[in-house]
Amino acid sequence: MATLSPFLSKTPLSNTPTISFSSSISTPLKWKSITSFSPSGSSSSRSRRRIFIVQSKIREIFMPALSSTMTEGKIVSWIKSEGDVLSKGESVVVVESDKADMDVETFYDGILAAIVVPEGESAPVGAAIGILAETEAEVAQAKAKAASAGAAAPASHPVASTPVPAVSPPEPKKVAESAPSVARKTVATPYAKKLLKQHKVDINSVVGTGPFGRITPEDVEKAAGIAPSKSVAPSAAPAALPKPAPAAAPAAPLLPGSTVVPFTTMQAAVSKNMIESLSVPTFRVGYPIITDALDALYEKVKPKGVTMTALLAKAAAMALVQHPVVNASCKDGKSFTNNANINIAVAVAINGGLITPVLQDADKLDLYLLSEKWKELVEKARSKQLQPHEYNSGTFTLSNLGMFGVDRFDAILPPGQGAIMAVGASKPTVAADADGFFSVKSKMLVNVTADHRIIYGADLATFLQTFSKIVENPESLTL
Amino acid sequence: MHCSAAFSQAATSATAVPTISGSRHVGALHSSSSSSSCTLLIPSKPINLRFCGLRREAFGFSPSAFTRCSNSQRVQLPSRRRFKGSNVCASLGDNGIPKSFDYDLIIIGAGVGGHGAALHAVEKGLKTAIIEGDVVGGTCVNRGCVPSKALLAVSGRMRELQSEHHMKALGLQVHAAGYDRQGVADHANNLATKIRNNLTNSMKALGVDILTGVGTILGPQKVKFGTDNIVTAKDIIIATGSVPFVPKGIEVDGKTVITSDHALKLEFVPDWIAIVGSGYIGLEFSDVYTALGSEVTFIEALDQLMPGFDPEIGKLAQRVLVNPRKIDYHTGVFATKITPAKDGKPVTIELIDAKTKEPKDTLEVDAALIATGRAPFTNGLGLENINVVTQRGFVPVDERMRVTDANGNLVPHLYCIGDANGKMMLAHAASAQGISVVEQVTGRDHVLNHLSIPAACFTHPEISMVGLTEPQAREKAEKEGFEVSVAKTSFKANTKALAENEGEGLAKLIYRPDNGEILGVHIFGLHAADLIHEASNAIALGTRIQDIKFAVHAHPTLSEVLDELFKAAKVKDHASNPVSEPVAV
Repeated sequence: MATLSPFLSKTPLSNTPTISFSSSISTPLKWKSITSFSPSGSSSSRSRRRIFIVQSKIREIFMPALSSTMTEGKIVSWIKSEGDVLSKGESVVVVESDKADMDVETFYDGILAAIVVPEGESAPVGAAIGILAETEAEVAQAKAKAASAGAAAPASHPVASTPVPAVSPPEPKKVAESAPSVARKTVATPYAKKLLKQHKVDINSVVGTGPFGRITPEDVEKAAGIAPSKSVAPSAAPAALPKPAPAAAPAAPLLPGSTVVPFTTMQAAVSKNMIESLSVPTFRVGYPIITDALDALYEKVKPKGVTMTALLAKAAAMALVQHPVVNASCKDGKSFTNNANINIAVAVAINGGLITPVLQDADKLDLYLLSEKWKELVEKARSKQLQPHEYNSGTFTLSNLGMFGVDRFDAILPPGQGAIMAVGASKPTVAADADGFFSVKSKMLVNVTADHRIIYGADLATFLQTFSKIVENPESLTL
Repeated sequence: MHCSAAFSQAATSATAVPTISGSRHVGALHSSSSSSSCTLLIPSKPINLRFCGLRREAFGFSPSAFTRCSNSQRVQLPSRRRFKGSNVCASLGDNGIPKSFDYDLIIIGAGVGGHGAALHAVEKGLKTAIIEGDVVGGTCVNRGCVPSKALLAVSGRMRELQSEHHMKALGLQVHAAGYDRQGVADHANNLATKIRNNLTNSMKALGVDILTGVGTILGPQKVKFGTDNIVTAKDIIIATGSVPFVPKGIEVDGKTVITSDHALKLEFVPDWIAIVGSGYIGLEFSDVYTALGSEVTFIEALDQLMPGFDPEIGKLAQRVLVNPRKIDYHTGVFATKITPAKDGKPVTIELIDAKTKEPKDTLEVDAALIATGRAPFTNGLGLENINVVTQRGFVPVDERMRVTDANGNLVPHLYCIGDANGKMMLAHAASAQGISVVEQVTGRDHVLNHLSIPAACFTHPEISMVGLTEPQAREKAEKEGFEVSVAKTSFKANTKALAENEGEGLAKLIYRPDNGEILGVHIFGLHAADLIHEASNAIALGTRIQDIKFAVHAHPTLSEVLDELFKAAKVKDHASNPVSEPVAV
């Protein structure tokens, strides 16, 4: 095919002398890139005007620029169909620009050999939308060219990047109108037929799973290997949380094979919170804590159902009692909000999401009740049963990645809270004491991120000091 | 407050007076004559005080009437009042009720047409009765326009909420729009009930007698209703309307093979529904069903979808209302046999080629909606008693809605309006015809210009039209030897449409460039149904483009689409602008 299409075409406007190419460029690229290729041709490429003429009489019909602001156009309809004989000045296609629909005329006589961009699809200005052959004989040649053009044509709407095979067979366009329903027994719904066409899926390769064995849109999507789009309108509205996420920034063009999966509600909420967090001036203070005593205590209370999370939450809560400013928050940038309760939110990863169940009044509950409560919350989080007050009432957040061996990390302060503690793994470390005795102790690094509008360095430092004392002398935790 | 308002208006009009009177009354005018009409009202008051004296309360003039009055049409107003008075006298005198008649006017059928006629008849002082064999409101209120608008209101919102692209463009985020079928159905039903009650109450309040029972014409000026109640009236209007037309071979079970009557109850939303016929009804239902999640297959006997519309509008509408939706279609085919779903089998539809009559395809779907038009409902009306023969079921009438009998002679005192005469099967056309008839029976000749009656299809976006389509206009132009021009504007250039992010749309004006006459206007776009009236009023009143183009439209509004349309028209300079009488058809 490549050898058959050694030709690039010209802008419809040009009528300059011929420049021929003997090289084969299989994909008609856009102008700029063409010029760089052209020297490989035999003739001189006086390509300053970027005008090419083709020896062969196969020409491309281009997406014209119908207005100064137009960057791409949509094919409203092809007035002529493949195989029609065109004469100069005749309208061939109706193009919709950003402003209006316009008829596009051909500048040459010929035969409309192939339609590259079918009705309803868009193409950038300058892209080939159809192929014009001068004679019958060249129609086949032009079709081949069209096929290559079709494969290379930049899809202007990267819809969830459907992996279309790079080389599309030259025929499928023909299938358009009549094809799918011919087979007697196969029944496809109207939308399924549209999808078959859109994804160029052969109807015979799809197994119908709908009522009476008919092919449903989902069947086609499955066959095309794409994530089924959510069904249109289930009756009985599910009470989804309307959590707005900021509008996505204009995305860079997708790499081939990549997919776009919209955020779930939870992910959208996380995204929104993360963006919001950027408006808070935060700083971080780290602190090493020896955990041998805590570990020993943990071993003791573990059989009673106490978890490390509960221990840490309790410790943090007790420290917060002494440092109320760290439990405060700044809602408006002008004032402290002193929280009456100490509610420890704990970050939890659940399949692809992140949620922060809250241990309310963690300072007042005893360790066992706290552990019990925590179990309940985790269960609810897993089954998505958490009530809003159970995940958004936190005044201080705890995030622990220690179980993965992370030794230290940096947490992002959730909006509406004063501080978040990032807890690393507890690891045996060689430590020297004041007398110069070396010993191996388990050391854990904690790192607190705080809102500097209300919590200053010394506040955080003394808080961490208190926290470390509690952890290092954990008996008080069980009281 | 009234006084000051009147004063300020008087002040403006006073400044206008000299120029106007100067031009009209060929000079020789000063203040005394400019106030001549007003001296009529307030004799012997000094000129500069008349403004205060002219209060609305005192004379019952609206401010606008007053403005007109002092703007040199002074004589007209009082005379118009007198004219109206004399009209009433005439109707009483000429058409005085011989004691033998129970009523001046009896209307058979209390649909929108009958209702419109009844209201106007009361206004004209006629003793009126309306006979209804079913429920007040007829098709429109109970099984047509009204409940379908409720469903379309839902579908429009669903469509909007589901269009992620649209929402995103507006900066909105909506998750999982859903609906409750029964809730939607109840909305439609409640709306119909409400409108029906409004209609009933409005007639009762005006003193129209509502006679319950099927009406049958026994002879001239004599009607039976119910089993054996006989009433007489000087004039009778038949307004019995229509029922869904179901072609032969189609078995309607009301469950899976349905007509619009059933569909409006929205008893279920099939996954896949075939709609037979792609006219107004079919299109509107395709809008509803696709918005509610169904897939739709159109079956159209003609070669293209939406055959009744202007071809260009139809094409655009197809691009927007059909192609991007979960709809496919079979054109040029008849559905010869439709069997409802039973015994675990789906609905089957046998299609034959409309031209060759050869079997073409068999469809298997979940439901089929028959929207192949409507058939007049004239059975049991007793037309044989007065020697009237229906034509395909329609009651034959002349351009004044007077019924003609088998010999082509007028049947005295008998009129037929609305779907039953088949002239223009639209609720508001029926009502207009009814009003026209009442005008006639009260002594004022009136012929309704059907070309000024707008029509609308309430899809999203809407389609509306008035007058001729482009091919019709060209055909007429050919015959009568005039030129036809077309002007178009796009909603894409309209600020309000773009603000709503609904720039898809087209308005099209078909006109005579030689005299500026509007032949037809077609609109496809946001709120098209509400926009058409500027054009239909212009046609009804005979307003020419060269005049209407100077009318001002508020900015930014959708009505500017029409403003631009009129301004885009190129009327030849020499075109004069005599306001011609509307042409009757």
